[in-house]
Order: sequence, then C-alpha cells, then structure tokens
Amino acid sequence: MTLASTETRTVVLEKQLSHPPAKVWRALTEGPLLAQWLMPNDFEPIVGHKFTLRSNPVPNWDGLIHCEVLAIEPPARLAFSWSTMGLESAVVFALTPTDAGTHLRMEHSGFQPDQEHAYKGATYGWQRFLGNLETVVAGLA
Amino acid sequence: MLFSMPPHADPVFKALADPTRRAIFEGLTRDGEQTVHALTHRAGISQPAVSKHLRVLKRARLVRPRHHGRETHYSADPQALAPLVDWIAVYGAFWRTRFDQLEQLLERMEP
Repeated sequence: MTLASTETRTVVLEKQLSHPPAKVWRALTEGPLLAQWLMPNDFEPIVGHKFTLRSNPVPNWDGLIHCEVLAIEPPARLAFSWSTMGLESAVVFALTPTDAGTHLRMEHSGFQPDQEHAYKGATYGWQRFLGNLETVVAGLA
Repeated sequence: MLFSMPPHADPVFKALADPTRRAIFEGLTRDGEQTVHALTHRAGISQPAVSKHLRVLKRARLVRPRHHGRETHYSADPQALAPLVDWIAVYGAFWRTRFDQLEQLLERMEP
C-alpha cells in the first residue's frame, strides 16, 4: 500500500491448460459451468448483460459481486466488470491456442491502494482473519 | 479467501495473538461499545487483567476509550485492521484457487 493514490494495481494469473480454447471458452461462458469453478451466477454471454456472482455472505458483506459483460470474443477474450464492497474493478480472460492446449491469462485490474478499500477489506475480512490467527501465529514463532 | 500479513501489521498482530484480547475485540466489534465492568463480567477474569488487555488493544488502536462519569466505555475500531489486509494478496490467492477448480472442471467435461 505504498503506491500513489491515483495508481491502480492489477492481479495477473496465467495458466497452461491441456484443453483446447473452445472447451475452456465453454467453462468460462456457460453459466452452469462457470458456477462449478467460480461462483453461482446468472451470467449470459451478451455484451452489456448485468449479472451477479454469489458467494457466501459474511458479517458486513452480502457476498454479492455485481458484474456487467464488457467483451465477448469467442474463443479468445472475455471481459466483465467486478463491483463489490466499494471495489470497482474489471476482469479480463485471454485465451491463446498452444500446441498443448490453451494458455489462459486472467487480469483483475482496478485495485486502488487507498484507505477506503483497505478499510472495507478489513471490515469484511477481520472475522476470517481472526479465525486463522492462531494458526498463523503458531507458524511465525 | 486468504489474507496475508504485511510486515507493518506487527503491533495489531501481536495484540490479537492473545485469545482473551481477541475475544474482547470480537465482542466489541459484534455488540458495540461496552464498559470495563461489562467486559470483565463477560471475560470471567479480574478487572485489572481486563484493563491490562484493553491497554494493549488501545496501543494497537484496535479499541477506543470514552470516559463517562466514573465508567470507561470501550468501542472497537475495525479500521485498525486495515494494515492487515492486502487486496492484491487476497485476490491473488482467490484466483489461484479458482484456476485450480477450473482445471478440475475441464478434466470432468466432455471433450
């Protein structure tokens, strides 16, 4: 949390999958399949479609992530907004065919390292954090 | 989701490492402001012991005192936990887990 407040940060994750892009695309864009690895949802592969990802509610958070489809380019690129707990961000999946299958790249961007986000994260996370604290402390000593 | 510990979180971290202090902080966060008397009653330990724990929590800015008459009321300040949460680490861990689940799903799917 040392960057200037105007900067945003991005989580990037890449994975080599031994499955063809068309199959990976289905897992990303068919609601029931998306639910099996991400979260229950009412996703539709239509640009402009607003949908909700539902995770378990915890104190101070209803567990809902509000999204809107920003880009659908089968079987290469999927983008949607990701709005929850004051976090206004966006997720982009890029699929590149490889000899072995598919190279999948995910970018989750828009994290502003400001106090407001940190505060909401803390409010959401503190109970789980406390629950794990003893284990973490044991590992530190 | 997992939460990682940045190094500057130390005082907060140490304050919450003790189960009694954690219980006091949890109680204040859940139920709002309470007097030292009420906290002593709930904690089941002596009032000097409770006061000592409250001092540690206060130094970590996890609780705030408010003096009213002869009683001191304490309330929790969850904002003090902010240094403990690193969004990038939270979402990094989140997506890694989900990618593993995606890979498992792809194995189960018809070609």
